[in-house]
Amino acid sequence: MSILILAEHDNASIKGATLNTVAAAKAIGGDITVLVAGEACGAAAEAAAKIEGVSKVLVADNAAYGHQLAENVSLLVAELGKDYAYILAPATTNGKNTLPRAAALLDVAQISEIISVESADTFKRPIYAGNVIATVQSSDAIKVITVRTTAFDAVAAEGGSASVEAVASAHDAGNSSYVREEVAKSDRPELTAASIVVSGGRGMQNGDNFAMLYSLADKLGAAVGASRAAVDAGFVPNDMQVGQTGKIVAPGLYIAVGISGAIQHLAGMKDSKVIVAINKDEDAPIFQVADYGLVADLFDAVPELDSSL
Amino acid sequence: MKVLVAVKRVVDYNVKVRPKSDGTGVDLNNVKMAINPFCEIAIEEAVRLKEKGVVTEIVAVSIGAKVCQEQIRTALALGADRGILVETDVEVQPLAIAKLLKAVVDKEEPKMVILGKQAIDGDNNQTGQMLAALTGMSQGTFASEVVVEGDTVTVTREVDSGSQVVKLNLPAVVTTDLRLNEPRYASLPNIMKAKKKPLDTMTPEDLGVDVTPRVTTLKVEPPAERQAGIKVADVAELVDKLKNEAKVI
Ligand SMILES: Cc1cc2nc3c(=O)[nH]c(=O)nc-3n(C[C@H](O)[C@H](O)[C@H](O)COP(=O)(O)OP(=O)(O)OC[C@H]3O[C@@H](n4cnc5c(N)ncnc54)[C@H](O)[C@@H]3O)c2cc1C
Ligand SMILES: Nc1ncnc2c1ncn2[C@@H]1O[C@H](COP(=O)(O)O)[C@@H](O)[C@H]1O
Repeated sequence: MSILILAEHDNASIKGATLNTVAAAKAIGGDITVLVAGEACGAAAEAAAKIEGVSKVLVADNAAYGHQLAENVSLLVAELGKDYAYILAPATTNGKNTLPRAAALLDVAQISEIISVESADTFKRPIYAGNVIATVQSSDAIKVITVRTTAFDAVAAEGGSASVEAVASAHDAGNSSYVREEVAKSDRPELTAASIVVSGGRGMQNGDNFAMLYSLADKLGAAVGASRAAVDAGFVPNDMQVGQTGKIVAPGLYIAVGISGAIQHLAGMKDSKVIVAINKDEDAPIFQVADYGLVADLFDAVPELDSSL
Repeated sequence: MKVLVAVKRVVDYNVKVRPKSDGTGVDLNNVKMAINPFCEIAIEEAVRLKEKGVVTEIVAVSIGAKVCQEQIRTALALGADRGILVETDVEVQPLAIAKLLKAVVDKEEPKMVILGKQAIDGDNNQTGQMLAALTGMSQGTFASEVVVEGDTVTVTREVDSGSQVVKLNLPAVVTTDLRLNEPRYASLPNIMKAKKKPLDTMTPEDLGVDVTPRVTTLKVEPPAERQAGIKVADVAELVDKLKNEAKVI
């Protein structure tokens, strides 16, 4: 069986999410090809060739794919994907944007955010904000799948030696264009890849108070996340949102500060190995999933925690 | 310009659903139903564009059983002008939903179709992208800002790394993210008025769309339970537990 993976990359390098997706492909089993669609993306393609378990890298280097617009990349994926039994992408905003479009072009369903491979055509995926796990079976000839990265341990980024092949076809749908990007810059680890995450909620009261969490995070080598309430209130930018409709994280340690624990938030973090909750309301639902709950005012507890590390 | 808005009837977001004990499905008995929150945002955006004079007509479409009329009526109360129910009792999956919506698009010829980014029951996040593929339209997914200028729409998208702005030729598909707007409540007079607004009903057969499912749900089950945790007395105990018991710091 042959598997095509749409790589998550920024032209210069391959993103970690690709490694988790290769892991899911290995769980399916078969010959793994990684597609790097971008512009001046040779370095990313070379990095992809080193990923453990990858046998071939297809590199589509063209201005039309420069910003990985879904309108263009989906045409490429649909063209190349015809010859594969599976097409996979990580369930990142990029994968979610492009892959369903490619699936529809191929007239097949997409199975979103799988968390396990049960057999060649059967997968598990969370529904209803993770309150229910569905086992689903696909009858399509080509199985188009996005992968929840936290559910598959990344394969090694080094050690492979895949062949790299250029793809000439340039698809430009001509109906959309990239204008600009505002990338949140941070020296901290990436939220979805960090081994420790400290998240703040509405209880933080304002954006300035997040400084407390940044300081704590820096001592722990952690990433900082947030509840939607904190994002909505403008305390922090949207890329920090953890939850059903934000980012899914599953670090070794998740510290929820001033977060009540709404189901939509839990959906994004309850697979963390160890959960700590700091909340002044002892009945807050977050305590139901916390391994260690501290009922306290965060404005006392967080500085104290910080200084005791 | 005319805008089509797709609204899905789903379990209210406050309800914590559970699988049935025999694993055949989700227990939806006596559960409160509502418009998918992202679809509410889609309607609100269409209404705001109408208030700005950009949009002239808003058509709300829902696919599902007869009861979906309730959600269409809500959309009408919030400011949509007309409703279309594609009535079917079978569970229609995203690809087939997209095909049905395409059939409606072919009839109505809207300049823009606004959908939610995700339905909070199936958590698929596919339908808008699929509709865009089938119609050949451009797509602005996960929108947090939508600005229409002439024959284009500029969409700010919420992406993993921050935000991305794209410019799309109309007609276009837009899917909404949570911060696009804050939906209004329907006023009582508007709820009364909505009862008189036109609501057409058609079937997948009328639209010539095969809705046979491609994916079968074999079973549903609750997620793995977390082991009950403990409350710690103070920060010192917390640090001790994290260092010596959990060994995570
Ligand atoms: C369609 C939809 C999708 C959603 N998606 C997401 C999502 O992806 N992620 C997400 O997080 N939410 C999401 N939500 C929102 C979710 O329902 C909740 O509203 C949100 O998670 C609440 O955030 P919070 O816990 O920070 O705020 P609140 O619920 O207001 O909780 C604040 C907590 O802080 C505590 N607190 C206050 N002051 C202090 C103090 N001084 N010391 C200690 N504790 C204090 C309070 O006791 C309280 O428990 C979604 C909602 C909808 C409708
Ligand atoms: N049955 C339906 N009726 C109307 N719109 C739907 C239906 N299913 C999905 N949609 C639209 O597609 C969006 C995304 O749904 P999904 O791809 O299922 O997560 C929803 O927010 C709706 O706008």
